[in-house]
Amino acid sequence: MGGAEILVRARGLTKRFGDFHAVVGIDFSISRGEAFGFLGPNGAGKSSTMRMIGCVSPPTSGELTILGLNPVTDGPAIRARLGVVPQENTLDLELTVRENLLVYGRYFGLPRAVIRERSAMLLDFVQLSDRAGDQVEPLSGGMKRRLVIARSLINEPDILLLDEPTTGLDPQARHIVWDRLFRLKQRGVTLILTTHYMDEAEQLCDRLVVMDGGRIAAEGSPRALIQRYSTPEVLELRFDPGDHEQAAEKLRGLPAERLEVLADRVLIYITNGDEALAAVRGLGLEPLTSLVRRSTLEDVFLQLTGRHLDD
Amino acid sequence: MSSGPATLRMPLPGLLGRALAGGRGHGRGGLPLVERNARAYRHLWILLVAGTLEPLFYLLSVRIGLGALVGPVTGPGGRPVGYTEFVAPALLATSSMNGAVYDSTFSVFHKLKYAKVYDAALATPLGPGDVALGEITWALSRGLLYAVTFLLVLAALGLIHSAWLLVAVPASVLIGFAFAGVGMAATTYMRSWKDFDFVILATLPMFLFSTTFYPLSVYPRGLQIVVECTPLYQAVTLLRGFSLGVVGPAMLGSVAYLAVLGLAGVYVASRRIRRLLLK
Ligand SMILES: Nc1ncnc2c1ncn2[C@@H]1O[C@H](COP(=O)(O)OP(=O)(O)O)[C@@H](O)[C@H]1O
Ligand SMILES: [Mg+2]
Repeated sequence: MGGAEILVRARGLTKRFGDFHAVVGIDFSISRGEAFGFLGPNGAGKSSTMRMIGCVSPPTSGELTILGLNPVTDGPAIRARLGVVPQENTLDLELTVRENLLVYGRYFGLPRAVIRERSAMLLDFVQLSDRAGDQVEPLSGGMKRRLVIARSLINEPDILLLDEPTTGLDPQARHIVWDRLFRLKQRGVTLILTTHYMDEAEQLCDRLVVMDGGRIAAEGSPRALIQRYSTPEVLELRFDPGDHEQAAEKLRGLPAERLEVLADRVLIYITNGDEALAAVRGLGLEPLTSLVRRSTLEDVFLQLTGRHLDD
Repeated sequence: MSSGPATLRMPLPGLLGRALAGGRGHGRGGLPLVERNARAYRHLWILLVAGTLEPLFYLLSVRIGLGALVGPVTGPGGRPVGYTEFVAPALLATSSMNGAVYDSTFSVFHKLKYAKVYDAALATPLGPGDVALGEITWALSRGLLYAVTFLLVLAALGLIHSAWLLVAVPASVLIGFAFAGVGMAATTYMRSWKDFDFVILATLPMFLFSTTFYPLSVYPRGLQIVVECTPLYQAVTLLRGFSLGVVGPAMLGSVAYLAVLGLAGVYVASRRIRRLLLK
């Protein structure tokens, strides 16, 4: 093939809990050095998929190969080469910041001297060196998340799995995490992440799949997905709640590619937003606010599923 | 990156290996988890001290108080023995039980349900069998500590009459293994802290009735059989035999009983952890 080495490959991958299908026959391949994302709302099946890749949840059916190995029979060997940042922090609150790395490294069977050296570097990398001797509990949410990221790197993994790395963090803390993940990506670490933030997916992912209801709705680079499933620009209009319905009705006459009438806004998908706004005014409509913006993955998701990512 | 573990490989008896039923990671057993607990416990050393002192307080109260009131009783093999000598091994057996049960129930439940210690460990090469083995090893190393301290005190009080008493140390570890195994297995079935009343319900009567304070012969035959079936009775019999130097082949039965209990515990615990955490 000549392409990059495939590290994770899934065919018809399925996860059932009792009668409930959390993941329904999905296919994907992830290459070495890639930053690959699963974008989808709550309940889409992202964590279920990540746990199967992390070899802590056996697939119900389908094929899954990780680093050329079978997760069911070679779980320990695969996990030895993975770094995992689970959705919920699983930090050890009975240990200090540094001890969290030491003990975790021991779980991998690493010699203490190696762990000590790596911990110092990793704490520096996530800007927690000055908290090394502290208890974990009083750390802020962003610091805890960074500590989990440092912990996940202790075994110098081939693949880093990040399940919603910045959910629940304030904007500043998110940016610090993004910056660290971006550096890892620059160093060629293979990242697999899930998110329900379209900006996170756009910033970090080379390629992603849009997941909904346990299925993959679309796949591609952020740019390709936007090109394929949305228009270059979007005109967002807000009307007085009283006029909302009536205005939306009138707008249907516009030569737009697509029109989404939301509870509080109308989205007009179009190539040129400014021209569209002029056309709206030409219809005799005067919106309270108007905004011309580029299409995002949020629009892609809306187009694919008719819903919002954070619903 | 995978060159290290081989040198640390801990050979396990085949039976134990089978009890872990494929739940083992990279062959280092539960040692990393033992290390984790040792680090966490550094801040809780007071608990260790308290656990070590508990049987000693009992022992002193027996020696100073009860021992003076109660004359010699019938020991193993029908021989009369001083009351303190009679009770001491039972107190050691009881504290081995209590230490192992505490570590394998309350503390395991906390780590399983709230602290997510095992969720973190299972994302690494460790498997559910390593988790079960690690916790049980930790619990029985406490049993070892208690036993050694206790024997030192017995020696200081001049209560050691037989070199067989040294065998009481590994015997205490076996007792710790049995109770930690059962305790951990039971804990994986607990739904809330309320269920821990059952732990008290199981251990307290055993402490009172498993021939700790008087010989089995005081019971009618029917009750004797019930008492003989309890693990603490088997533990007491074993330690009493060794500490009084009355050793016979019947003690192999007690050893087998406790070993099977521990192995069954490891087996059930590692299967249950797989079911609970690796869904
Ligand atoms: N252990 C479980 N038992 C039963 N249902 C589960 C379990 N884990 C996840 N689910 C269900 O599977 C669906 C997908 O969950 P999840 O993979 O966590 O989604 P996401 O991470 O995308 O939010 C949800 O409806 C969730 O309730
Ligand atoms: Mg999730």
